[in-house]
Amino acid sequence: MSSFNSQSVLIVAAILFVLGLIGVLTRKNIIFILISIEIMLNAAGLAFVAAGSRWEQPDGQVMFLFILAMAASEISVALALVMQAHHQYKTLDVDKLRGLKDEFETI
Amino acid sequence: MDWGLCECFQQQFFFLNKNFSTGIFNGQAEQGNPAIQMPERSMPILFYISSAIAIAATIMVITRYHPIHALLYLVVSFLGVAMIFLSLGAPFVAVLEIILYAGAIIVLLIFVVMMLNLGADTAAQEKQWLQPKVWIGPSLLALVLLAALVILLVKGNAMVMNVSAVPLKNVSLSLYGEYIIAVELVGFLLMAGIVGAAHIGKHKKRYLHRFLQNGNGNINTKEMNAEKEEAFINK
Repeated sequence: MSSFNSQSVLIVAAILFVLGLIGVLTRKNIIFILISIEIMLNAAGLAFVAAGSRWEQPDGQVMFLFILAMAASEISVALALVMQAHHQYKTLDVDKLRGLKDEFETI
Repeated sequence: MDWGLCECFQQQFFFLNKNFSTGIFNGQAEQGNPAIQMPERSMPILFYISSAIAIAATIMVITRYHPIHALLYLVVSFLGVAMIFLSLGAPFVAVLEIILYAGAIIVLLIFVVMMLNLGADTAAQEKQWLQPKVWIGPSLLALVLLAALVILLVKGNAMVMNVSAVPLKNVSLSLYGEYIIAVELVGFLLMAGIVGAAHIGKHKKRYLHRFLQNGNGNINTKEMNAEKEEAFINK
């Protein structure tokens, strides 16, 4: 156990990404879907940083900074949308928010 | 072993400190900065423990019913990933992960959960929604994909991670050197995010087209009604 392989870091990133994917696929509440998207972005950043650390180049950390900025702006816009949807439809169920019409269709 | 971990932390933060003090503030060109070698024996243990914590906390996140519980486990998951970054020799990214993910984004989510008052009702609804017949299919398929990915990763030739910290000066030089156009685009993206959030989050009145304002599709229903009434009165 003197050192660890670069594969193990990528395996951890893949596990985190797949956990986030499972969260996106199985949840119906839109808040939990956003949380799972954050987990997936974080796992992608982990893979970038691992690659940058493997080759001893700063590009991985630079890419992580870009992913961070993208995640921050994405979550702010998405939470504004969630607030608006909850204000108009009083629900966070993605099955009920699928109509693009003015009237709220109950299923 | 504990001593090894402590030594490693001290070296990491000493490294960060040294980088701040010599590399940036004094502005001295320190060419050929030798990467500080971490203690060989403690980094894998730090990596394995923190990745186990991160994976366990992420599993707890996607299985909780209450949104606040999920968010608190998400904080633990982000701290675990920050420790992984520290063990990979990227202390600056680890600090940014804690400040921005575990600080800013989680606070945003918690504020929204508080404002929408998602409490025990949401937990009960989640418990009703999250039946095994709902989650078992997508989980199995995603796990098959994960197994394929892990097999692909394991079958490659094993390269040993040499944990040596990338100097922070190189990161900032690369950020403002070859990636300067991307930094400006990220500035545009953040600006668009701010404007979009402020515009979407505004409570505005429900605006309908004038053809639809009375629900009949008639343009001037009121005037037509008034004309009808006048005609009736005149009659």
